[in-house]
Amino acid sequence: MAESKKIAVIGGGIAGMEAAGNLVNLGFEVYLIERTNRLGGNVANWYCLFPDFKPSSKVVEQLKPAIQNKVQFRFGAEVCKTEKKGNKHLLHLNDGEVLECDAVVVASGFSLFDAHRKEEYGYGIYDNVITSADLEKQLAENHTVMTTQHKAPRKIAFIHCVGSRDHKVGNAYCSKVCCVTGVKQAIEVAKMHPEAEIYSFYMDLRMYDRQFEDLYMEAQTQHNVRFIRGRLSECFENADKTILLKAEDTLSGKPFRLSVDMVVLLVGMQADQSLKHISDMFALKTSDDRFLSVADVHTSSIYSGVEGVYLAGACTGPKSIHETLNSARAAALSTAIYLNQN
Amino acid sequence: MKNWGYSIHKDNQIDLDRNDTSVYKALILVEPSIARCISCGSCCATCSSGEYTSLSFRKIMIQISRGETKDLYSNLSQCMLCGKCILVCPRDVNTRNAITKLLQILTTKN
Ligand code: SF4
Ligand code: SF4
Ligand code: SF4
Repeated sequence: MAESKKIAVIGGGIAGMEAAGNLVNLGFEVYLIERTNRLGGNVANWYCLFPDFKPSSKVVEQLKPAIQNKVQFRFGAEVCKTEKKGNKHLLHLNDGEVLECDAVVVASGFSLFDAHRKEEYGYGIYDNVITSADLEKQLAENHTVMTTQHKAPRKIAFIHCVGSRDHKVGNAYCSKVCCVTGVKQAIEVAKMHPEAEIYSFYMDLRMYDRQFEDLYMEAQTQHNVRFIRGRLSECFENADKTILLKAEDTLSGKPFRLSVDMVVLLVGMQADQSLKHISDMFALKTSDDRFLSVADVHTSSIYSGVEGVYLAGACTGPKSIHETLNSARAAALSTAIYLNQN
Repeated sequence: MKNWGYSIHKDNQIDLDRNDTSVYKALILVEPSIARCISCGSCCATCSSGEYTSLSFRKIMIQISRGETKDLYSNLSQCMLCGKCILVCPRDVNTRNAITKLLQILTTKN
């Protein structure tokens, strides 16, 4: 029997895990290259998922059996340099190892917007301004939410589109999943603190997928979350560490002010910094949004256009978990078809 | 009166730290469907009275939820209770009943 073909999957988040698992199943030899020492990427940092409040750790666990003891893991590893040798890609890793592969799946994911960059919101300056990721961390560790002064929050505001739909920070696109994340988190907080008043400052509510609108309605009717259409302009810290918010209530056409105990910034997704290096090495194209371009947005959204290089997950733009996993399966299948033909 | 060359403007801000939202809270208890309003404006577009008066159910919902009750009673009094707005509301808000109940709340309040 001929030696089985080898594939390098770059990134050990859920996209890389799913792509690797499928490729192993299809009979290929797979290297999974992950720069940290653990699997699951950004999803492993989350507490529960929309729309059904499933613990995110369960998703990561579900993806593990398909790869454990089946894939050759390279943890703490990064690709420093690539070469072409005929149809093969030679991947030089940071520890000097060279992997010879017949195809590559890029699954390098995204990183979260750094909220410090929106200085007017006071992240890192005011104690009680946190991000959606900080909230997930608090929930995962303590199963509850408290202000930095260890008090139960009586008023909380969620701020949509932080680092998204914002030319000022260079991210003009919509991050797609933060609207529903905000609604999910509002419901979680409301369940923990039923007495709390919860506000959501939005520009549009993009409840694009199945059950998202139901979640929005649940937030309105069961938890009395107040949705205010207006982008937060700035925050100030009051002497008692509460936060004064200023926005326009665009539906009233009037300036609006409100003090809250806690502000949650719904940070968007952006292209990870490593993506620039990866795209340079493999001669992949990127778009204005800095995510990788695809061969055809309709019919070939998992192909890079460069022979033997396929794309899975959020390296091609913001995605929900099921979209990420579907794209990973599609990338694996396309890789397999390519390898069987060559 | 002497003209000092300046005048005092009323604060145009909605200050939710000070405003009293008790009317909204009372209404949502008797007509919970108002929580579903998404400010789409369908009810106002179909309202025959709104073509000639300042009546706007959408605005009224926003106003009371922010504790802004200025002109509320006089706006509400323009409603003919015809119920066209209920027919078009995509979120199934019982608009006419909300108006009736709101008028009752305001009358008992004063
Ligand atoms: S999903 Fe919502 S919060 Fe996120 S960027 Fe898009 S509109 Fe803004
Ligand atoms: S019930 Fe009142 S608010 Fe509704 S359409 Fe008729 S007049 Fe307008
Ligand atoms: S039609 Fe219904 S949802 Fe739309 S503004 Fe009127 S009450 Fe609200």
